[in-house]
Amino acid sequence: MTEISVPSSLDGVEPVQSVRTPIRMEYTFTPGVAAQTYLREFANKKILGVVSPVDGAVLVPPRGADSRHGALCDEFIEMPHTGHIGSFCVTNVPIPGRELDLPYISAWIFLDGADIGFLNLVAECPPEECRIGMRVEAVWKPDEEIGMTAENILYWKPTGEPDIPFEAAGVRGWHVGKEDQTNA
Amino acid sequence: MGTGGELAAVVGVGMTKFSATRGDVSMPGLVREAAQRALEDAGMQWDDIDAVVMGKAPDFFEGVMMPEIFLSEALGCVGKPMLRVHTAGSVGGSTALVAASLVHSGVHKRVLTVAWEKQSESNAMWALSLKQPFQVSINAGAGGYFSPIIRQYMEATQAPELIGCMVAFKDRQHALLNPYAHLHQPDLTFDQVVESPMLWEPIRYSETCPSSDGAAAMVIVNEEEADKAENPAWIHAGAMRSEANNFPGRDEVNPLASRECAEDLWNQAGITNPREEIDVVEMYVPFSWYEPMWLESLGFCERGDGWKLVESGATHIEGGDLPVNCSGGVLSSNPIGASGMIRFAEAALQVRGMAGDHQVEGARKAMGHAYGGGAQYFAMWVVGKDKPIA
Amino acid sequence: MWGKKIKPMRKVAVVAAASRQEEKMLDNEVEMMVPLITEVRTKTGLDQTDIGFTCSGSSDFLAGQAFSFVMTLDAVGPVPPIAESHVEMDGAWAFYETWVKFQMGVIDTALVYSYGKPSPGSLQDVLSTQLDPYYIAPLWPDAHAVAGLQARTLLEQGIITVDQLADCAVRAGTVESREEYFSQPMLSDPLRKADCPTYADGGVAMILAVEGKAEELCEKPAWITGIDHRIDAHHFGVRDLTAVPSARLAAEKAGVHDGPIDIAELHAAYTTQDLLLRKEIGLPETPNHSQRSYSIKADTLMASGLLRIAEAARGIWDVQANRALAHATAGPLLQQNLVCVLSGESN
Repeated sequence: MTEISVPSSLDGVEPVQSVRTPIRMEYTFTPGVAAQTYLREFANKKILGVVSPVDGAVLVPPRGADSRHGALCDEFIEMPHTGHIGSFCVTNVPIPGRELDLPYISAWIFLDGADIGFLNLVAECPPEECRIGMRVEAVWKPDEEIGMTAENILYWKPTGEPDIPFEAAGVRGWHVGKEDQTNA
Repeated sequence: MGTGGELAAVVGVGMTKFSATRGDVSMPGLVREAAQRALEDAGMQWDDIDAVVMGKAPDFFEGVMMPEIFLSEALGCVGKPMLRVHTAGSVGGSTALVAASLVHSGVHKRVLTVAWEKQSESNAMWALSLKQPFQVSINAGAGGYFSPIIRQYMEATQAPELIGCMVAFKDRQHALLNPYAHLHQPDLTFDQVVESPMLWEPIRYSETCPSSDGAAAMVIVNEEEADKAENPAWIHAGAMRSEANNFPGRDEVNPLASRECAEDLWNQAGITNPREEIDVVEMYVPFSWYEPMWLESLGFCERGDGWKLVESGATHIEGGDLPVNCSGGVLSSNPIGASGMIRFAEAALQVRGMAGDHQVEGARKAMGHAYGGGAQYFAMWVVGKDKPIA
Repeated sequence: MWGKKIKPMRKVAVVAAASRQEEKMLDNEVEMMVPLITEVRTKTGLDQTDIGFTCSGSSDFLAGQAFSFVMTLDAVGPVPPIAESHVEMDGAWAFYETWVKFQMGVIDTALVYSYGKPSPGSLQDVLSTQLDPYYIAPLWPDAHAVAGLQARTLLEQGIITVDQLADCAVRAGTVESREEYFSQPMLSDPLRKADCPTYADGGVAMILAVEGKAEELCEKPAWITGIDHRIDAHHFGVRDLTAVPSARLAAEKAGVHDGPIDIAELHAAYTTQDLLLRKEIGLPETPNHSQRSYSIKADTLMASGLLRIAEAARGIWDVQANRALAHATAGPLLQQNLVCVLSGESN
């Protein structure tokens, strides 16, 4: 503790060691043009991806641009509701502001035909049975609860189909048959 | 070869004691403590400094927007140029490199650089998980992000399951040699590390970094000034690289940005065999498994062999030929914005022979390393006891 | 520093710039920046892999999200990886960091960009969090109130007059006439609405190049002949609110007074600050050529400073100016200031 000398009139007064100054700020976000289109159709239980104008890679969910080229993508494509797990985490840590039973599985989901993955929940699967390459399908919220939010899909559950091999799962799938890519 | 421009060297290093809550100091008090120590080490006064470069991670960690603005007086900046860097977790390293660039460029002779975080002022988990309406929030902090990447590494290399625990135990042992380290656990056993609860499986509690308050500072000077100093740490190389967070074919385990940054670094430093030529490494390892992963990425061994280096004890200060994180590393102290600069500063202390109980005998060349974002921002440097050869 | 050069500086020029400002933008940050970055790369014919260094400026508090700049990096397309840095400052300081990088002799071209989207939050509240968190911020003084403190000090000491404020508002275009100015009610007494900034979403992208390369990329490169930045104390109690020593010093070090200034692009969000800055930097109150645009009319926090540099460069490209000054500020009441002088001639 740093010693501080105070005037004698303050002798015996309890020193202030911390102050609590709460901050509250409200933001009204705009999702951007690509995410808006995505969310509109997501509320119709459709999953949209965008197609890279450079090489046709399919990116889902759309974030505004193909991040490899800084190129806007305005061609949308409807995606299937099935995919596989690129990798995953079994989490025992609660998320602030969200109630989930512990442990839960968060996984990188690669939709069939998509070239990047996104993080989402996996359930109806004991953690010890979850695998890289496992096939999954979307479980949607009840129709009456579906809206313009990113959380219309409750979680992903195993389909029971055979796994995708490790070498082809997740981002590694991109390299299969694309030998000219050097960053494998 | 070389960093370009003028030679530069570290002649002053200062750090605070790292702990969960530095309740005895305000934010200005914290940064000043590190800066004052760096100045004393350099034998300088505040007036000797030409410019100040500050770095820290997200402002939400303290709830102050651009806090360098209100820290102007505390860091003796009034009337001087001041810069504030933010490159995610790599920021401490990037900040040191920006400070060094002010000297390499010939713009300034004596620059003070400070990086810090006072996580106790706010709530880091909250700051990292601010709810965005258009994203699914299922990512409980950084562990939830890096765990799937670590799992891919483990599966691809078939590394023994307890390699991560070995790293964690080693770094906590190293921390006992560093009085500034946050975690001092003299009674910790390897079994306790193994038995600690799984937080983000496969990451155990003991394999994660703590959340710390703390600051680190350095004084970086030009050749003329460094020649007057007793034991400068000469900057042989400095490199930064960034890549996008998510793109088709991205190698998340061994990112291209990491490999290219390291390649640039070794080229600048004229190093062809890092394993042989580097005496000690301070590497950014917030989760234990990143030690073997970065050992591979940085070229200290072949891809897939990082865990073997760990298993062999090569990275331990006692008996290892490539000691990694002798200070205890990020796993023992993690004031996020400062963590990268601590790596850079510890590398400088090692080649200056001033690392105290965690000194590696005869260290002449050391590497400082930092990464951030989704393992997509990289900052690295090599410092040496000897002047770089032109 | 600049005055007693340690070595001769490399000559660096602004060779392309693109910018956009709107009161409320529906695009996200990536969508906003892609067209701007594409435009400057197309203008110069440079691909991202040809660019030696990339540097940007932005603020998490403005975006309402930690690490907000990470996603915006998508707009650059950093694959293969790039040498890159980011400042949590106005892009003018990213510009400075980049200029320093040129002086190391390791790059020949660079991309600098910055952006701000104040529309999602209340900028008045956001700016309060920039003040000393122990003594000032808990009182939540908003930006206009703080500016009002300075305005009153300036008026009461007779350093500026209300007529000057009115004329400045007319120049900036926030009102048509003095009469209109005086008919406005007080907003933050003694400031009227016409004295205070309107905030805008926006971004700027810019390409810099070194001598030898710049002439290939641009018909009339805008050469940086001087650049410097300084910071003053933060606490209002220790500052003389009628002076801006950091701006004065930065202007001197940037060589503002070495020749006539044809255009001065000042980043002043309030009329009072415009007048004060002119006085401190030593510029005539009514410049020969007026500014191309005023921050009072559209202020984009984190980008306004870089936008001033872009506007100064445009003044050179359009041959409106041979020597142009650009200024950027940060912090409350002009606490931190950067001054850059651009010239149509490399010497």
